[in-house]
Amino acid sequence: MGNNRPKLAVWKFASCDGCQLSLLDCEDELLAVAEAVQIAYFPEATREVVEGPYDVSFVEGSVTTPHDEERIREIREISGIVITLGACATSGGIQALRNFADVQEFTNIVYANPQYIDTLDKSHPISDYIKVDFELRGCPIDKYQLLEVVISLLAGKRPNIPTHSVCMDCKLKMNTCVLVAGNEPCLGPVTQAGCGALCPSYNRGCYGCFGPQDSANTDSMTEVWRHLGVADETILQAFRGFNGFLEPFKGASERLE
Amino acid sequence: MSNSKTIKVDYLARVEGEGALFIKIKDNELTDCKLKIFEPPRFFEAFLRGRPFTEAPDITARICGICPIAYIMSSIHAMERILGIHVGGQLRELRRLIYCGEWIESHVLHVFMLHAPDFLGYQDAIQLAGDKPELVKMALRLKKAGNEIVRLLGGREIHPINNKIGGFYKVPEKADFASLLEELKWAKEASIEAVKVANSLECPDFDQDYEFVALHHPDEYPFNEGRLISNTGLDIDIMDYEDHFEEIHVEHSNALQSVHKGHGNYFVGPLARYNLNYNQLSDLTKQVAVDIGYDRQVTNPFQSIVVRSLETVYAIDEAIRIIENYEKPKKHALDYEIKPGIGWGCTEAPRGILYHRYDIDEKGTIKTAKIVPPTAQNQSRIEEDLSNFIPKYMDLSDENLTWKCEQAVRNYDPCISCATHFLKLNIERE
Repeated sequence: MGNNRPKLAVWKFASCDGCQLSLLDCEDELLAVAEAVQIAYFPEATREVVEGPYDVSFVEGSVTTPHDEERIREIREISGIVITLGACATSGGIQALRNFADVQEFTNIVYANPQYIDTLDKSHPISDYIKVDFELRGCPIDKYQLLEVVISLLAGKRPNIPTHSVCMDCKLKMNTCVLVAGNEPCLGPVTQAGCGALCPSYNRGCYGCFGPQDSANTDSMTEVWRHLGVADETILQAFRGFNGFLEPFKGASERLE
Repeated sequence: MSNSKTIKVDYLARVEGEGALFIKIKDNELTDCKLKIFEPPRFFEAFLRGRPFTEAPDITARICGICPIAYIMSSIHAMERILGIHVGGQLRELRRLIYCGEWIESHVLHVFMLHAPDFLGYQDAIQLAGDKPELVKMALRLKKAGNEIVRLLGGREIHPINNKIGGFYKVPEKADFASLLEELKWAKEASIEAVKVANSLECPDFDQDYEFVALHHPDEYPFNEGRLISNTGLDIDIMDYEDHFEEIHVEHSNALQSVHKGHGNYFVGPLARYNLNYNQLSDLTKQVAVDIGYDRQVTNPFQSIVVRSLETVYAIDEAIRIIENYEKPKKHALDYEIKPGIGWGCTEAPRGILYHRYDIDEKGTIKTAKIVPPTAQNQSRIEEDLSNFIPKYMDLSDENLTWKCEQAVRNYDPCISCATHFLKLNIERE
């Protein structure tokens, strides 16, 4: 593709680095990807910095500092397409548990000199600040979904990422239902697919890594868990997990307070 | 003309997370050297309070996408200590196996994708692949073999889901390992070649006097269990960790810096493990070490790339041993009853010891949590390495000095995402 290769930038905000690592975990495809796109900015992988603007920006992580509020707006201005990678960027991530608490108290618990720490009260998804063109779900993202995004960018089409529930994938894999047959609390009915129904395939209940599915009936989910004898406090915490600040999981946990 | 000036690099590349280095040189004298961690704080120790004890492995795994197994296992061991259960037999072997997988994928990522380009003068592994495609392809295949162990046992490479307190949610059949075992036999030979490649890289002369701290187990190279020892005589149960080590909060960093009380900074990671546990390596690994003259104490941090490669040989050799001797256990996990108490867990993450402490109540709710990641422990030592390194290389151009300093930091395979409970590079010459 020569000079027509799209320029790709990979940006990091508050996160564990796992989603951008997914690109380096594409061991069989990495060198082909690096030929098809120009990796122009990706500090985890390279010292080289090619100046913007960029055709595509991948953004990992959530916005948690005043400085990052500015940085994400600048990234939008120098990027053609912005795609967020993973739960932190899409929902605020696990660090959004602070959103339900007093962040000053949190700072006091972790740091001896809280005055050195500059942080926002809340952990924000990227879409709180800028227009996001596509959000890839997951904690972490699925590397094959990431490759689908890269291929779609090159083909100029919308990525084919299913939005049905984990339940559907479980049925397709012909798993025995861990909830119905095993009485295991499972968020599969209200969680978007993408992991390949991983946890139920390992005999454990889904814990919602890919966040709420489009038409999730969370109140019905709450009732099912209550029938299993799960305490409301535990149900609240299940919704308030890796995507706890994303509706309707957020509302479901607040109704249980 | 003044010999003083300023050099700035804003964001250290090829490390995990966000950090910076601030170096000030005045009249050819180093006047300041700080490793700055600006990775935003995420407050894990705060929001773990009030969560069920069973969630600690899945939640703390999210501190680091590169070494989730380390977080999962340190938290699990801490909880099991509270519950008074000890996982042995094949379940314990499977825990070692998944840890082998994490070491292989993390070490190979660092050696070839992040560190080797420094030694060979490339910006990154993609450029390196342009000149040495077969080397990079071999590295990617090796990395994939490690990831395949984690995927098979854990469900996925990043934030695996199958480990739990007491054992696993599901244990594999012996037959599940068939194709992986064949790949690991290729990987064993490839990893020996990788050691030779790493050993051929030119290292600066930079032997240092370090206090090395690592786990030690009489019968095995340490992953999950052992006493915490050092080359200066430390020999403690991990429950006594906080009596001997403390964390200091300095202004320039969002990570807490650890010191060994009364001793100062210390060194954790592959060099520490290797120097303190050489006798516990497998016969094959020792033979490969002898062949390259590494049957000795290694005190040059630039040679960590060779030691990391030797540990990769070990992890592959150990994985093969475990798989060949595997028999599916009757139970996938031990039963237990919840009880209150305090528990400590310390395991060897690829970059060094990772300490966890939890206090849980009678319902199993977490009351307090403390986590000390390896990079926080190495942070102060990295600064001292730079302080010793820069004066020897003051004559280099700013560009070359900057790159050498970055390389010196990468000796530690720092994980800044972890350390913030770190690297922008500024060299300022006045």
